[in-house]
Amino acid sequence: MELVQQLFNGLVSGSFYALLALGLSVIFGMLGVVNFAHGAFYMLGAVGAFVLLDTLGMSWWLALIVVPVVLGVFGMALERLFVARLVRLDPLYNFLLTFGIALILQDVVRLRYGVASQPYPRPALLDGSMSLGLFDYPKYQVFVFVFSIVLSVLVWLVLTRTRVGMIVRAATERPELTRSLGIDVRRWVTPVFGFGIALAGLAGVLAAPMRAVNSGMGGDLVIVIFAVVVIGGLGSVFGSVAAGYLVGMLSAVGTLYVPAFSQSLVFVLMALVLLLRPAGLFGREEGVRT
Amino acid sequence: MATRLKSAAAVVAVGAVLAGCGGGPQSGGGKVSGDAIKLGVITDLSGVYSELAGKNAIEAVKMAVDDFKKSHADDAVSKNIEVSQADHQNKPEIANTAAREMYDRDGVDAIFDVPTSSAALAVATVAGQNKKLYFNNGAATTELTGAQCNPYTYHYAYDTYMLAHGTGTTVTEQGAKQWYIIYPDYAFGQDMNKSFTAAIEAAGGKVGTADPTPFPNDNFATFMTKAPNLSPKPDVLGTMQAGGDLVNVVKQYNEFGLKAKGVDLAVGLMFDTDIKSIGVGQLAGTLYTTAWFWNMDAKSREWADRFKERTGTRPTFDHAANYSAATQYLEAVQRAGSDDADAVRKELDGHEFDDFFARDAKFRAEDHRVTHDSYLVKVKDESKVKEDFDFTELVKKIPAAEAFRKASDSGCDMG
Repeated sequence: MELVQQLFNGLVSGSFYALLALGLSVIFGMLGVVNFAHGAFYMLGAVGAFVLLDTLGMSWWLALIVVPVVLGVFGMALERLFVARLVRLDPLYNFLLTFGIALILQDVVRLRYGVASQPYPRPALLDGSMSLGLFDYPKYQVFVFVFSIVLSVLVWLVLTRTRVGMIVRAATERPELTRSLGIDVRRWVTPVFGFGIALAGLAGVLAAPMRAVNSGMGGDLVIVIFAVVVIGGLGSVFGSVAAGYLVGMLSAVGTLYVPAFSQSLVFVLMALVLLLRPAGLFGREEGVRT
Repeated sequence: MATRLKSAAAVVAVGAVLAGCGGGPQSGGGKVSGDAIKLGVITDLSGVYSELAGKNAIEAVKMAVDDFKKSHADDAVSKNIEVSQADHQNKPEIANTAAREMYDRDGVDAIFDVPTSSAALAVATVAGQNKKLYFNNGAATTELTGAQCNPYTYHYAYDTYMLAHGTGTTVTEQGAKQWYIIYPDYAFGQDMNKSFTAAIEAAGGKVGTADPTPFPNDNFATFMTKAPNLSPKPDVLGTMQAGGDLVNVVKQYNEFGLKAKGVDLAVGLMFDTDIKSIGVGQLAGTLYTTAWFWNMDAKSREWADRFKERTGTRPTFDHAANYSAATQYLEAVQRAGSDDADAVRKELDGHEFDDFFARDAKFRAEDHRVTHDSYLVKVKDESKVKEDFDFTELVKKIPAAEAFRKASDSGCDMG
């Protein structure tokens, strides 16, 4: 029984991994850019929600919409102004660029708010706990899980059932082939980058009521998210989400039974996956870039 | 070209030396080394402890220097008192280098603050080797006055024994016999776990389970699920986390409704800055132990008001301790008439005093623990908070004689 609940804990923390990995994955697929600033945008999402509450008194529910939209637009501007200029060069250039952006964003927040965490209350509607049949669970965390599942399914539907989605998916998984079919992949690059950033911001807003909100909150997370994306399969949208929940459960159970190794477990899994299935659990072999 | 630059540099250097010899103000008797008393502050200027210590710890030392100059305007042993600073980024190797540079190159006479236990111990080693004074305020490890003590290191503000003895003992005596402890898996957390377990067991309680947690960590759901399911069920969850991790623990403790499930919360170490981060409402009623809090009485408030004028914020106990330690150090230099470390040490050892921070205080000669009253406090109800940082309410004063580990138990050998 306790184990079931621990696995559910894992699904909740996996929700954050899934949302972040999803964004990172579409950005990587579409642009071939490893976005090192992803954790910083997660942090900006949470801090943004706090700033809006603190200055405008904006509710968490509204922030859940406003913050991702603003960050998405900001992301698109970044892509147009900087990332696009380096896309044709060695991927290392964009790696360094996004790493630099991450440091700048963190320091800007630190300059204004220091390193201390900022208080953020839980939305009243989601206070308390509810019964899940087998056990009681905090309402807020149930909401986070359901919300991330619904969002992932929605993204999945858009990607599989709409023309735009098909282009993005084709461009994500087989960019050269898509281009050779006469489809203007370039046109979709900026919106997809913005969308990935918006997802990171959304995860941040979701984190604000249950985690410490401070300038450093995304720093360590981004490493785990990279591992998640690699485990799921680079460029595989479904794989990233599935690996997100999987890694969440793995660390929850790991923390319970082998606390000393819980942080390395995800990287052990990554190493194993790379050895046995270099394209990731859900990636296709021929999709491996050289 | 290069030669010309070199000779120009030489001229400037010689000029500077001449100016230094002739132009500097003369001090009484010339007993002060380098013609100035130099205080160095090694602290965390950008990391997790930069709010509770950081630039305001430096400011507190500067404030002590200004006040000393004012009160000894006529008879100061030296009018030249300088304060220098270094950021150790909570890393022992950087702290080590910074301390060496201060003592060797800059002629610093005493180092202050140094949060982070591993960094604090690194500086203690350097102080011992250089035979220069060091007052630690920011770190918690009892090792500073235990196996790794030395004649030049004083531990001034608090330590893990004090925290455990206050919170662990009292909460157990109040009836919470079964404990579940979670601690971050590094030097500070392990030391806290040891001190708390000892205090709880001495008071007749029992630590059923103690779990190390990853550091840093944003997800404590595993432990919140485990706590009420443990057998026997714990009465209280003792969290030894600090900074952002502590915020995560408290948020998730509340979310999982552990209080309603009969598992109370006790916090190992908490600063006013932490309470502000978490929100008073989330913590109301939580017990913890502190070396000092700014509105505990008129004397403290008076100082805290002056501190706020200077820095714009209320002081943590680390800030107050830095002011107090710097003041005690300067007074000892004044009494000794010299900044020679051994002369000042003689003045300090066994010295008894009482100031706004350290009450009924004594520089214990045996292990260099500075003993003073400590306070078991609880977080106020949100409705009782009258102003910013007005978070704490006194539960019980722990007299200086009981608050700290006995010198005979310290395992310290000054040699």
